[in-house]
Amino acid sequence: MAQTPLYELVGVSLTIDDATILDRVDLTVPGEGITVLLGPSGAGKSMLLRLLNRLEVPTGGEVRFRGEPLADLDPLALRRKVGMVFQRPAPFPGTVRDNLLVADPDATADELAAALRDARLDAAFLDRAADELSGGEAQRMCLARTLVTRPEALLMDEPTSALDPDARHRLERTVRRLADGGRPLVWVTHDLDQAERLADTVVVLIGGRIADAAARAGFLAHDGAFGDEGDDPGTGGTQEGETHG
Amino acid sequence: MDDAAIGWGGLVLSLILVAVAVGLSMWQGLRLERDMLWATGRALVQLLAVGYLLVVIVDEDTPVVWAWAWVAVMLGVAALTVRRRAPEVPDITRMTLLATSGSALLSLFVVFGLGIYPVVGRAVVPIAGMMIGNSIGSIVVASRRVLDELADRRPEVEARLALGQPWQQASKPFVRSALRTALTSQIESTKAVGLVFLPGAMTGLILAGADPVDAVLVQAAIMYLILGCVATNVVIIGLGLTRRLFTPDHRLVRLARTGG
Repeated sequence: MAQTPLYELVGVSLTIDDATILDRVDLTVPGEGITVLLGPSGAGKSMLLRLLNRLEVPTGGEVRFRGEPLADLDPLALRRKVGMVFQRPAPFPGTVRDNLLVADPDATADELAAALRDARLDAAFLDRAADELSGGEAQRMCLARTLVTRPEALLMDEPTSALDPDARHRLERTVRRLADGGRPLVWVTHDLDQAERLADTVVVLIGGRIADAAARAGFLAHDGAFGDEGDDPGTGGTQEGETHG
Repeated sequence: MDDAAIGWGGLVLSLILVAVAVGLSMWQGLRLERDMLWATGRALVQLLAVGYLLVVIVDEDTPVVWAWAWVAVMLGVAALTVRRRAPEVPDITRMTLLATSGSALLSLFVVFGLGIYPVVGRAVVPIAGMMIGNSIGSIVVASRRVLDELADRRPEVEARLALGQPWQQASKPFVRSALRTALTSQIESTKAVGLVFLPGAMTGLILAGADPVDAVLVQAAIMYLILGCVATNVVIIGLGLTRRLFTPDHRLVRLARTGG
C-alpha cells in the first residue's frame, strides 16, 4: 500500500525577475492515478508542472522524483521518464511519422502504431502532414510523440484548453485509460468541471501557494471564477489534495 | 598615379553632392540636414586622422608590430559597434571579439602565411580592415536571427527538450535556419559581384590607374577571404550564442526578441 510517491515537493519556491511564482510549496503527488493541479490563471500551475521535468529549477526547496532529488538526476533521462504535453500542440515539420521519430529515431513501425493507438489515433495518421491535423488530432499526436519514449508518468499542461468540447472529452477518456493502465499523470487545469471528471487527487494552487481549507473552499464555491490570487489567505501550509473516488 | 589624386579642390567640388542631398532634404521636409552635415564632417575628420596615422603605420620604416596594434584596435571597435547594433544579445561583445579574431587570424594566415602578400603594414591594415569590417554586418544578422528564432520557436524547442533531446539537438533546426539566413546575403552579393556593383578594392585600384585584370585578381582574392571570414564568423557566433542561451542542464533561458 505504501507506494513511493511520484513526486514530493518540499518548501519549493520559484522567483522569476523578482516576481514570486511559487511560494514554499509542499506537495506529494501519488504514484498512481490522475492528480489534477487546479487553480485560477496565474496561480503558478504551469510553472509547477515545468519544475517536475526540470524545464524550470526551483529557487528554493527541493523536488524529488520517486524519492530522489531532481538535482541528482540526469535531466535528459528524467524527461524521457516523464513525458510532457503542452497547452498548445507544437507539431514539428513533416509527417506524423517524422514527429514520432524525433522522440525515438530507432522506433519500429509497430512501436509507432502502438503509441498512436494509445493516444487513440489510427495508424493511418502516420503519413499525414503534422501541420494539417485538427487541434484535437495535433494534441493527440503530441501525446503519442511523448508516449514513444515510453514514459513512466505524464505531465499535461491544460492540454484541452484549445480544443472543442468533443475533442476535450475524448482526450480526457484517453488519459483516463493511460492512468488506469499504470501511468500516473499530473494534469493542470483551471476548469473545475474537468477536475471533477478527471481527478483521483485534487491539489488547489492559488497565488503560488497550495490553498488551505478556506481558500480552497472559496475557489470551489466560486466555480472557478475566483480570479485574484492577491487576497489568498493561504499560508503555504502543507495541505495535500484530498482523494476523490 | 597623379590621375588618382583629386586634391582639396576636388574634395570641395564633391561636396556639391552633399549640398544636393541637403537641398532635397529641406525641400521635402525630411529634417535630415543636420545629420547629413554632421556625418559629412565627421567622416572627413575621421578619415583624415586615420590617413595621417596610416601614413606612419604603413611607412616601410615603421615596425610591422604597429600595424598589428592597429588591427587589435579595429577588432575592439568592431566588437563595440556590434554591441551597439545588437544590444539585446547576451555577451555579444566578447563573442564578437572571439569570432572576429578567429576569422581574421584564419584569413590573415592564408594571405600572409601562404605568401599571397608580404607581411608589411601596407597590406596588413587594409586587408584586416576589410575582413573585420565585413564581419560586422554578418555577426549582427547571425546573432539577432539566432535569438529571434529560438524566442519565436520556444514551444517547439521546449517540446524537443521535453522529449529528452539535449540542447544541441533541440536547437539545431532553428540555429541552422538562422545561420543560413545570415550567410545567404553574403553568398548572394558574391554572386552578383561585377554584374551589379564593382566592389571597393577593385574600384579604387582602377581609379588609381591599375590594370583592370590585376584589380580583378586582387578583388577576387579578397572576396574569397571575405566569404570565408563571414562563414567562420557566422558559425562561431551561432554556436557560441546558442550555447549561452541554454543552461548546462538543458533548459532554454528566458529570451526577449530583438524586435528587429
